[in-house]
This record gives sequence, structure tokens and C-alpha cells, in this order.
Amino acid sequence: MSLFDNRTIRVSGGILLTVAACALAGPWISPHDYLTTDFNRQLVSPTIAGGQIFGTDDLGRDLFVRTMLGIRVTLLVAIVASLVSLVIGVAYGATAGFVGGRVDAAMMRFVDTLYALPFIFFVILLMVAFERNFLLIFVAIGAVNWLDMARIVRGQTLSLREREFVDAARLTGVSTARILLHHIAPNLIGIVVVYVTLTIPQAILVESFLSFLGLGIQEPQTSLGALVDAGVNQMEGASWALLIPAGLLALILLCFNFLGDGLRDFFDVRHTN
Amino acid sequence: MLRALGAIPTLLLVIVLAFLMVHAAPGGPFDDERVLPADVEANIARAYHLDEPLPKQLLRYLAGLAQGDLGPSYRYRDHTVSELIGAAFPLSLKLGAMAMALAIIVGASAGTVAALKQGTYLDRLVMAFSMTGISIPVFVVAPVLVLFLAVKLQWLPAGWSSSSGASRMVLPVVTLALPQIAYIARLTRASMIDVLGRDFIRTARAQGLGTWTVVRLHALKPAMLPVLSYMGPAIAAILTGSVVVEEIFGIPGLGQFFVRGALNRDYTLVLGIVVFYATLIVSLNLIVDILYGAIDPRVRYR
Repeated sequence: MSLFDNRTIRVSGGILLTVAACALAGPWISPHDYLTTDFNRQLVSPTIAGGQIFGTDDLGRDLFVRTMLGIRVTLLVAIVASLVSLVIGVAYGATAGFVGGRVDAAMMRFVDTLYALPFIFFVILLMVAFERNFLLIFVAIGAVNWLDMARIVRGQTLSLREREFVDAARLTGVSTARILLHHIAPNLIGIVVVYVTLTIPQAILVESFLSFLGLGIQEPQTSLGALVDAGVNQMEGASWALLIPAGLLALILLCFNFLGDGLRDFFDVRHTN
Repeated sequence: MLRALGAIPTLLLVIVLAFLMVHAAPGGPFDDERVLPADVEANIARAYHLDEPLPKQLLRYLAGLAQGDLGPSYRYRDHTVSELIGAAFPLSLKLGAMAMALAIIVGASAGTVAALKQGTYLDRLVMAFSMTGISIPVFVVAPVLVLFLAVKLQWLPAGWSSSSGASRMVLPVVTLALPQIAYIARLTRASMIDVLGRDFIRTARAQGLGTWTVVRLHALKPAMLPVLSYMGPAIAAILTGSVVVEEIFGIPGLGQFFVRGALNRDYTLVLGIVVFYATLIVSLNLIVDILYGAIDPRVRYR
């Protein structure tokens, strides 16, 4: 069965690709840009004329272009942050699972301890201490989200370790690092793909949460969370400024969650939660 | 008892980590556009012990903490951090407790009904709502609800004015509870389906007990165990959510202080609130663990 026979994967993946394509092409096609203010056209409701299909904000900036750029930033942050969490989670989980014994127990006890902590507050603390650095957002979000990945990869590695091909490799004198890299890692790919898909919406949540509070992406740059925040301040007169980014954010999050669920069913990974 | 002792190193780790994060940051808490004379700066640094070496500052902080003193606020100059937390927390606690109660009652009921009517439209409706509720964050749901229920239809107050009485609690509590309702409904449904398939339920049914009697007397307690173990993360989620909800509805609780402190770079206030929240979460997790052991005799902690 091909990946695309699964309806959940096809529909949610299709919507996500469409949204991403619009976000890439939209600002390029539109005659407007995200910076130019126009004080004769403040809070214009969505209109076909002039291509301002999402209206304008309180400074007269075109909301279509701003929203598309916001989607770009949101997706970029989420994907990079997920890759950070992927690297940390896989390295940590594979090491713990492969070494096993006391080291494994201690490493997993540490993960359990971290699970109990209010991580989002630490991210806010980081943003306060380090001046809302854009790069730091990636690292901070990645550093928050690696725990699940570490647990799952460790479980998988633990079972792979006992398999015959690993014994065979060890008997022929292959080094531990090489076994991890060449024999264990390729067998982890399926499960890792599924959990990266499920990590992306979590990273989107953290980024938009920070931006919503004014601690994430700073003006004139924008993200979906920042646009929702701006929309909240305008909602009485200009409901579109809230509803469009809010709706798109909800759509993207739902699609990623459905895509992750679909992929999990497809790869038939055991649901560990 | 041993588990209670195990929580102490966790807490200590949190406090030290948070302290170092704030104090290792570039730039001082009193950096401003206006440049102060060097001797004034030195005086301020001395008054707040910022001229001491870091380990000494950390020990000073821990010693204060042991007596419940979180130091002075850097922005609200006349108040200590402990005073500010003491003034703001009761409101947040009330809000969070109401949301949690609502989430457990509605979530468990919806999950149970979905499990009993498995495969029907009602079941699918509950599950669709659950997926939506889990995916969409509080800061999207809250303003949209405000827009429709408060601004357009004017059924409920949008803000936190004292004239609106108890009705001002409705929207904040509901938005705070929604994602937890969704998650608890999902958990309850899954575990209820599992429990309803066990032998002791078949025995109870064979004795002629009705569906609801079986659920109430036999299935509910074991089915709620996963929900109980979810209480730890749920508490953390509600604390996080309350930061957003208090900001949106203008509620003068701890979450609002936290955001203001973060935006004003009020280092001691933000640090104090993180330490306070972490203590709260770690101790509530501990209580949940102990409760779990008390309810489920198969689980025993050594």
C-alpha cells in the first residue's frame, strides 16, 4: 500500500502543501509588501480590488502578505526547532537504549525529572534573559521538545540491540559508534519520521505562544502568533485581522496532528502514550 | 516518604538552573536608555548585592528562599516578590481550580458516553471535538470566543470589570478548561473501552446489573486511573494556559504579573514566579503519585 492511499495522510498533507505553497508564492505574486504603511487605507476589510484579500491592519499594511510571511516564519521555526529536538532526542535516546543498564536507568531518570518541570516557563526565562534573540527561539523550542523523542528512540533501540544483526556486527569487531550509526540509526527512521511530524505542531504552539505574549518574533517581522495578538487588539472593528490568522493557525495545527496520526497508523508504530 | 525526599533534588536543580539562567544573561537588570553615573550604578549594584561573586549571590538567594523570601522586585520598587505572588496567586488558584473541576467532570462524562456508544455518531462527535480541542491553543480559542460571545452577541462580559459579577468568570474558566476537557475525554474513552472488555465487567453484567450501574460501581474507578496520572501534566498545562487567559481577559492574577515581569525585564519577579510555579508543580505531581498508589493497590512505591 502506498503512502497516498491513506485518506488522512493525503488530505492533511495536501492542505499543508497548499498552505506552504501559498506562503512561498503569495508575497511574490502580490503587488504589496509587508512593510509599507498606508495611512489612507487603515483597517480596510478584505476586498478583491487591489488584491488585498485579507484586508489591512491598523497601520494600513497589507494583511495577505503579512499573513503569508507569518506562515513562513511559523513553519520555518517549527521545522528547525523540530530538527534540533530530533538531533538531541535521537542522540540521547539511542545512547541510553544501546548502553543500557545503570547508565540507561540514570539517563531515563533524568528525563523523568525534566518531564515534571514547567518547561514553557524556562523558555520565557531564556527569552527574558537573552533579549528575545531570534536564533534562540529555535534552540529553546528544540530543547523543550526532545524528551518524547528520547523516550521513544530509547525504547526502539533497546529492542534493536538484542537482534542478531547487531550481535553479528559486534562479533566481527565493528566499533560501538559505527554500530549505532550504521546499524541502529537506519532502523529508527520510520519511528523518527512519525514523531518529528508530531513534534512540529508542538513547536508551532510554543513559538506562537511566545509571539502572542510579545516575547517571540519582534515587529516588523511577524508570525501567526504575533498576528493573532495584533488581531486581538483590533477585534471589535476589524474581526478579519483576528479570524484569518487564528483560523490558519488552527488549520495548520490540526493538519499536522492528523498527518502525524495518519503516519503512525501507516507505519503501525505502537502508541506509547 | 522516600519519594518526597526525591522531589527535593529536582526542585533544587530547577532553582539553581533558573537562577543561573537569569544571572548569566548579558546586560544588567537596571540597564536603561538613560546612562547613570558610575557611582550611582555601583551603589545600586551594592544595594541589590549584584557586585558579589555569583556563587555567593546564589547562596544568598537559597538562604532567603528557605525563609520564603524571594528578594525585592526590580520594577515594583516598594514590594518584595513574595508579597506580589501572595497578592496575585489566590485569583489564579481560583480560576485554575474551577477550570480543573470543570475539565474532569465534563471530560470524564463525555469520554464515558463516547465509550458506551462506541462507533456511533455521538462517539465520533466527541472524538472530533477532542482532536480539535487538543490541537488548537488557548490563545486562539479565547479571542474567538470573546469575539462571538462577548463582542457580537454580548451574552457574556469580555473583560474583568467588577460590575459584571460572577459572569466574568465564565469565559476565562471555559477557555482554560477546553483543551483539558478534550484530552481527558480522549483518555477516559480509551481506558473505559479497555475496562469494559474485562472479565469482572462481564461477571457484573451476568449478575443482571444495568449498564449505568456497572459503570458507576465497577468500571469508573479503574477507568479513571490514566486520568489521575494525567493530572500532573494537566496542572502544568492549566498554569501555562492561565498566563494567556489572564492576559486576554485582563485578570490581575499571577500569570499577568509573569508576562508583565517578562516584558519589563523584572528579573527577580520572573525568577520568583518560575521558582514558585516549579515548586507547585513538583509538589502536586508528588501528591498525584501518592494518590495513585493509594487508589491502585497494585502500585506500591518503595
